[in-house]
Amino acid sequence: MKLDLILRVGAKLMLPFILIFAPYVHFHGDYGPGGGFQAGVIIAAAFILYAIIFGLDAARHIAPQGLVERLVPLGVLIYAAAGLPAMLTGQGRYLDYGIFGHDFLHAHEWGILIVETGVITTVASTMLAIFYAFADRGRQ
Amino acid sequence: MTGLDEHLPILQILVPLFGAILTAFTRSGVLAWTIAAIASAIAPFISAGLLMRITETGKPISYVMGSWAAPWGIEYRVDLLNAFVLLLISLIGLVSIPYARKSVATEIDSHKQPWFYTMYLLCLSGLLGIVITGDAFNAFVFLEISSLATYTLIGLGRHRRALLSAYQYLIMGTIGATFYIVGVGLLYLVTGTLNFVDLAARIGPAMQEYPRPILAALAFMTVGISLKLALFPLHVWLPNAYAYAPSFATAFLAGTATKAAIYLLIRIYFSVFAVAIPFRQLPVTEIVLVLSLAAMFIASFAAIFEQNAKRMLAYSSVAQIGYITLGIALANKMGLAGSLVHVFNHAIMKTALFFALGAMAYRTGVLSLPSLSGIGRKMPVTTAAFVVAGLGLIGVPGTAGFISKWYLALGAIEHGWTWLVFLIVLSSLLAVIYVGRFVEIAYFREPSADLAGVREPPPTMLLPLLALAFTTVYLGFDTRLTGGIATRIAEFLLGGFTS
Repeated sequence: MKLDLILRVGAKLMLPFILIFAPYVHFHGDYGPGGGFQAGVIIAAAFILYAIIFGLDAARHIAPQGLVERLVPLGVLIYAAAGLPAMLTGQGRYLDYGIFGHDFLHAHEWGILIVETGVITTVASTMLAIFYAFADRGRQ
Repeated sequence: MTGLDEHLPILQILVPLFGAILTAFTRSGVLAWTIAAIASAIAPFISAGLLMRITETGKPISYVMGSWAAPWGIEYRVDLLNAFVLLLISLIGLVSIPYARKSVATEIDSHKQPWFYTMYLLCLSGLLGIVITGDAFNAFVFLEISSLATYTLIGLGRHRRALLSAYQYLIMGTIGATFYIVGVGLLYLVTGTLNFVDLAARIGPAMQEYPRPILAALAFMTVGISLKLALFPLHVWLPNAYAYAPSFATAFLAGTATKAAIYLLIRIYFSVFAVAIPFRQLPVTEIVLVLSLAAMFIASFAAIFEQNAKRMLAYSSVAQIGYITLGIALANKMGLAGSLVHVFNHAIMKTALFFALGAMAYRTGVLSLPSLSGIGRKMPVTTAAFVVAGLGLIGVPGTAGFISKWYLALGAIEHGWTWLVFLIVLSSLLAVIYVGRFVEIAYFREPSADLAGVREPPPTMLLPLLALAFTTVYLGFDTRLTGGIATRIAEFLLGGFTS
C-alpha cells in the first residue's frame, strides 16, 4: 500500500478536511444533529484512514497507544467531573450545571459543552484503541 | 464535611465510579488494587449512614440529579429496602477486596490487572446504581453498566471456556435487559413517566384504559429481570459464567449481581405494580411459585450430580434463588421478609463458599471434586469454613440459612400452604446431599499425591473467608440486622398495597 501514490496523496488531501469536519459536527451538536459522539467517530476515522494508508507504526507514532488508552478514562473523567463543581461548592446537586454561568440557559450550554468534550475524547480514543487491538492481532 | 451529608445518595455511586476512572489511568496492579480498596472501604460507610438516617427518620431520602425536580429529572430515592440491599452489596465489596489482591495477582495477567479492577469498580457502581435509583430507565442504564463490566470480568477467566461463558451471558443478559426496557417503554407509553413513585400513582388510572399494555409490560419486565437474576429456567447462563470466571469475580458476583436484580424485581412488583393494581389479581403468584419450586428441586439435583465444585455451587445458587423468589411469590409479610433475609444470608454464605473454593484453587489449581479429595486435611481451616457456610446453605439451626427458611416457612403457613413447608424442608435435604458429598470427599478420603505441598491460603484470603463464615453463624443467632429490618421492609412494602 505504501507505493500507491494515488491513495497516499488522496488520503493526505482528505485528512485535514475530515479533522476540520469533526469539530464542526461537535459544536453543531448544540443546535441540531451532531455532538461529541459523532465527532469522536469522525476523528477516529481520520486516524484509522491514516493507519490503513501509511501503516500502523506511522499511526502509532502520531497517536501512541499509551496515550490513547489514557484518553479513554480521561473523557469519562471530564464528563463525571463536570457534575462536581455545583455539588462541592454547595450550590446545587450533582450534575447541576447552573454554576457555569449567570443565566440558566447559558450555564447549561457550557455544561453540555464540557460533557460533549468528554464524550468526544472517550469515543475517539476508544474507537482508536479498538482499532489498534484488532490491527495488532497476528502481528506478534 | 457536613455539607456532603445531603449528597450521600450520589456519593454512594460516585465513590466507586471515580475509583473506576482512576484505576483506568494506572498501569500497576498494586496501585489499581489500592484505589479499589479505598473505594470499596468507603462505600459501606455511606450505605450504613443512609440506613441509619432512614431508620431514625422513617422517611425515604430523595436526591434529584442536577436539581431537576422528581418526576421529570432522575431521582435517587433511598428507603429502607434499598438501603438494606445497598449495605449488603457494599459489604460484600468490602470483604472481597482484601481477598482480591492475591487471587487476582495469580489469575490475571499483570498488564490486565488495572483494567480488571476498573471493571470490578464499574460493576460495583452499576449494581449500587440499580439499587439506589428511583427511575426505571436509569435502573436500565445501571443494569447495562454492571452487566457489561460483568461480561468482561467473566471473560478474563483463565480457562478458554471463560470467553464462551461470557459470550453466552452477554447474549442472555442483553435479551434480559432488552425485555426489561421494552416493559419500561410500554409503561412510559401509557403513563408518560419513568419515576417509580410516579409510575405507581399513574398505572392504576391507566389500567382502566390500557389493561393489555400494562400487563404486557409486567410480563416483559418479569422475564427480563428473571433472566438477570437467573430464575429457573432462565438460569442457563449462570453455571458456566460462575464456573469459568476468575475466583474473585465469581465470589463477588455470586453475592451481589443476582441480588441487585432480585431487588429490582421486588421494587417493580411491590412498589410499582402492587400499589396500583391489587397484587392477587396479577398472574404473578402462581407462575413465580411454580418456577421457584422447579429451581429449588431441579437445580439442586443438578448440583448433586455436578463434578466441578464451582459449577456445583453455581447450581446451588440457582436453587437458593428459588427460595428467594418463593417468598416474593407468597407476597405476605413473613414470606417477603424471608426473601429479603435470604437475599442477605445467601449473599454472605455463597460468597464464603466461593472464597473457600477460590482459596483451594489458589493452592491446588484444580476445582474438580475428585481431585479435591482429602483437602480437609491439607487446608483444615478453609475446609471448615466451607462446611460452616455449607451448613448455612442447608439451613441447619444456628446458621443464617435456618433463619431465612424459618421465615419462608412462616410465610407459607400464613398463606395456608402447609404443604409448601414440607417442600422447603425436602429441598433442603437435597442441599444436605451436595454439601455432604463435598464433606465426604474433603474429609473421608486420603489426600492424593497432587495435594502434597498444599497448605492454608495467605491470611488476606483466609481472613475474609473466616469473617463470612463467622457471620453465617452470627446471623443465625442475632437477627436484628436481617430479620428485624426485613420484617419492617415487608410491612412497609405491603403497607402500600391496594386491596
